[in-house]
Amino acid sequence: MSEQTDSGEDRRETGKSAASTKLFDIRTIIGGLFVVYGVLVGLAGMFPTAEGLAKSQGININLWTGLSMLALGGLFLLWVRLRPLETPEMSSEEG
Amino acid sequence: MHTLADGLRLSMNWMDSLILVIYFAVVLGIAFAAKRSVHTTLDFFLSGRSLPAWVTGLAFVSANLGATEILGMAANGAQYGAYTIHWYLIGAIPAMVFLGLVMMPFYYNSKVRSVPEFLLLRFSRSSHLLSSILFAVASVLIAGVNLYALAIVLQALLGWPIPVSIVVAGLFVLAYIIIGGLTSAIYNEVLQFFVIVAALVPLTVLGLVRVGGVGGLLDKVTASEGAQFLSAWGGTGFGQDNPLGANWLTITLGLGFAISFGYWTTNFAEVQRSLSAKNLSAARRTPLIAAFPKMFIPLIVVLPGVIALLVQPNIGQPGSEYDYNSAIPLLMAELLPNGVLGLAVTGLMASFMAGMAANVSSFNTVFTTDIWQAYIKPAMSDAHYLMIGRVVTAVGVLIGIGTAFIASSFSNIMNYMQTLFSFFNVPLFATFILALFWKRMTAQAGFWGLLLGTLAPVGFYSLYRVGIVEMGSDQAVNMTSSIIAFAVDVAVSVPVALATRPKPAEELVGLVYTKADANTRGELQKGDDAWYRKPALLGWGAIVLAVLCYIPFSI
Repeated sequence: MSEQTDSGEDRRETGKSAASTKLFDIRTIIGGLFVVYGVLVGLAGMFPTAEGLAKSQGININLWTGLSMLALGGLFLLWVRLRPLETPEMSSEEG
Repeated sequence: MHTLADGLRLSMNWMDSLILVIYFAVVLGIAFAAKRSVHTTLDFFLSGRSLPAWVTGLAFVSANLGATEILGMAANGAQYGAYTIHWYLIGAIPAMVFLGLVMMPFYYNSKVRSVPEFLLLRFSRSSHLLSSILFAVASVLIAGVNLYALAIVLQALLGWPIPVSIVVAGLFVLAYIIIGGLTSAIYNEVLQFFVIVAALVPLTVLGLVRVGGVGGLLDKVTASEGAQFLSAWGGTGFGQDNPLGANWLTITLGLGFAISFGYWTTNFAEVQRSLSAKNLSAARRTPLIAAFPKMFIPLIVVLPGVIALLVQPNIGQPGSEYDYNSAIPLLMAELLPNGVLGLAVTGLMASFMAGMAANVSSFNTVFTTDIWQAYIKPAMSDAHYLMIGRVVTAVGVLIGIGTAFIASSFSNIMNYMQTLFSFFNVPLFATFILALFWKRMTAQAGFWGLLLGTLAPVGFYSLYRVGIVEMGSDQAVNMTSSIIAFAVDVAVSVPVALATRPKPAEELVGLVYTKADANTRGELQKGDDAWYRKPALLGWGAIVLAVLCYIPFSI
């Protein structure tokens, strides 16, 4: 298997059962969802409504939340890029 | 007129709905993909034991961070103030560390698929069947609380009446679990964890701004509730008074020891998350990794509860249209603009799915392997049990819909949850401790201890409900009945054990602490011996950090 001593996270081993090789990478899913949410919520923040701003007491909470989610999602995707799963038959399972 | 539904009504726009729809599209996508990899019962129930520790660790927190936890601990925050952090610091961390460091090797190495199955190996069929039935009953009762929690959210969202919301919610969960089994449940829990946090952080920030920042919060709470509301130990001496109505001994023994160790070490919804890990090292690290995020969850759950009390001071009071359970939906309606609102609704729905899926999947594991396979139809094909597992899921959800109506009669669902834990988890924990650390413990003692240990707190609680016993608060009752449950279990087990014949020593290998096999570290993978993956370091680090977290609430 790969060098996995320094990543701070575990890597799944290969071939233990059919299921383990077919599981997809949760990091891609989290990263992808957060990027999409970041864009959506961020968009709401770019065009704030007066009513919404009044509720959030003048803070553009949508913009801040959107940007933070975008950043977190990006970090997850970067993590997948830098340390992809090392399982022989599943590279195309989830991308 | 200002009715409950109107006051809490959340006005979602297309953006909020889109966020919600995307989430469930992804969740169902995972379920479909996971279905392709589910081939055997081991896959369906334990995810084929293949997941890395950070995934099972976050699933471990997330299984506990259900809608009940979020609504219920916020309710506790509004009702009991800073005393609520006891449920996290003394009521969770030590028990999670104990599970990881001491108990996990027994569970993982004995290759059991459920907690009662361990009792079968250690004791006999009678205590196994008893504990399985107790487990099944507890799971569907707790599943009912989860359904009710979602119904509260649906009511706020769509204005549906609670009964309709309960039924619709139940059917949705059913579809979701049957499609994907536990594999997707664990993956979704990790996803849910991040969404919930992303939703609760902005809510807390806006809430703090609303009450004038941390300084304003402290001043206002002190002015309206008294300084004690912000302390964790104030007034907990004997004969003193505090919002919790419990003294320090009841808190430490009842909550810190009996309830919390009972819940975290024998609640299969939690333990199952660890059993899905890829090896023993990862299984032990699962609750230990979970302990760190767990410590900081009060900041985004309990704190909003306290803020809700300032925003709506009559919350939970007799005659008020808001009960404690509505603390979080109330703040969402007051503070969140469209966009973040959709995120918060999604987070709550997601957290509901986490709790409900955890309960239902542990119910079907225990029913299928420990009751059906063991006593009703043994020695059938794997496909048969897989089919039964799916049928039982449906039955479990249907019963859960029924028990949701019991939960709807409680103003603070966390009070009710803890009552259930004191009935079901505490005696089981007492029996486990004896089974693990005392090789003289016998099968007969296990059975009678468990039976009477469960009946005793039920009896005590009944006395409280009919008014014969007076206590400071519902939670003080729970802590006291937990101590009673533990004490009765041990008091019954020990004499029975001494009067009956123990199992021969060779049958106890791997099942009792003094037998060396249970202490092996299991096969290690490359990197598992890195210093930051040492279970002892992670465990003791969590304990030290929990003690430090108490300091601001103790002066």
